[in-house]
Amino acid sequence: MTHFLAMIGRWVLNMLAAIGRLAWFTLDTVRHIVTPPFYLRELGQQLLQIGWLSLPVVGMTAFFTGGALALQIYAGGARFNAEAVVPSIVAIGMVRELGPVLGGLMVAARVASSIAAEIGTMKVTEQIDALVTLSTNPMKYLTVPRVIAATLAVPVLVAVGDSIGIFGGYLVGVNRLDFNAAAYMSNTVNFLEAGDILSGLAKGAAFGFIVAIMGCYWGMQSGRGAQGVGAATKSAVVSASVLILAANYVLTEVFFST
Amino acid sequence: MIQLDNVHKSFGTNAVLRGVNLSVERGKSMVIIGGSGTGKSVALKSVLGLVKPDQGTITVDGQDVQTAERETFLARFGMLFQGGALFDSLPVWQNVAFRLQRGHLKRPKGEARAIATEKLRRVGLKPEVADKFPAELSGGMQKRVGLARAIAAEPEIIFFDEPTTGLDPIMSGVINDLIREIVVEMGATAMTITHDMSSVRAIADDIAMLHDGVIQWTGPVSDLDHSGDPYLDQFIHGRATGPIEAVR
Repeated sequence: MTHFLAMIGRWVLNMLAAIGRLAWFTLDTVRHIVTPPFYLRELGQQLLQIGWLSLPVVGMTAFFTGGALALQIYAGGARFNAEAVVPSIVAIGMVRELGPVLGGLMVAARVASSIAAEIGTMKVTEQIDALVTLSTNPMKYLTVPRVIAATLAVPVLVAVGDSIGIFGGYLVGVNRLDFNAAAYMSNTVNFLEAGDILSGLAKGAAFGFIVAIMGCYWGMQSGRGAQGVGAATKSAVVSASVLILAANYVLTEVFFST
Repeated sequence: MIQLDNVHKSFGTNAVLRGVNLSVERGKSMVIIGGSGTGKSVALKSVLGLVKPDQGTITVDGQDVQTAERETFLARFGMLFQGGALFDSLPVWQNVAFRLQRGHLKRPKGEARAIATEKLRRVGLKPEVADKFPAELSGGMQKRVGLARAIAAEPEIIFFDEPTTGLDPIMSGVINDLIREIVVEMGATAMTITHDMSSVRAIADDIAMLHDGVIQWTGPVSDLDHSGDPYLDQFIHGRATGPIEAVR
């Protein structure tokens, strides 16, 4: 019994220590974001890597999700003669929820893994130590540009993804479900409010921050060898995904609970 | 002068350094030898502040490494890492000129590139190498690029971590000769860790042997073969029997 309680105590202490390390890492990152030097070239490269190069995967995800959503809403709405709500529900669903969440998750899969693997490999091959000996703070050079780039790029990706998702719904609605094209568009535009769009973009920024922080944190925590880097990559993707879903609930409460 | 006084460092229950005392005089080339896992790299990284000792003090010209202003302090150092530690995402010339492109040593791009090309030439690499990426180079070439990066900002103190590990004997000889030439030419203080005895004889003015967490023996390279220290004798002759356990 004592052994069991000790085991639970150790687990709780380890968990609290891990949360403390992550919180400290996040605060340290924020501190470095607002203090010079700033590595603008690295920021530009990361905007390209995280933003531009994630566009195909986010766009395709949104396109197919928008199409599937239109079919689902049509089939579900038919049960109580509400097929006409397809355009507005697709638009609201994409902009408020599916665009940011699926976009965030796809970026987590693509970017958090890539950041963790890259920084983890740099740690294992002493490149992080080399940065320090070259008078360069790894937090400023590696973490800050990635966090800023992801926080700026993911809302843009979400906006583009929302548009593509709505377009996917439009294509299915018009070509498959025989909606009138002009009516579909006007229904979409009329039912969307600025708050819907802004809340989705705010979620995107939060999810981008989470993705980059998780990638950098786990990369910096990487153990030795291929196994260590592999474990860091896995932890980055899993923790980023779970935190995105948790943050999505919290932000939805904040934005829409009233 | 680099001075380590009673330096201790443990990782968990593993006490790696147990009271290291060592002096490296300005302009001298000190080589630290010792078996694998005896804490040579930890000692070197402690001087740079990459590892914080649990106990003891390390000073460089009287300045405590833990309290020194980091950028100014590190600007005095160059380091060649065991695996090169070149930045994969940057071409060779940007690796060499890394320090010259940022911070208070920043130069215009053209000047930084010219210095990088000159340092590459100094280590025997052609200008065409400058635009390649590290992954396109052989192990020996990567070491040379690492060496060029270490000397790019003309540091006062240069550290070499296992400079010949993984290289064939001829390339090892080339790297050893380069290190010796550069250290003499620049008048730099050098600290090298290795267990390659050909490197020791080529590079060292003084030698320190690290064993069991302490400096077991230290002296000039001329005393290496008649030190009378059984640990050192076993190590330099590569004998399986002696006071050092072969299985660690």
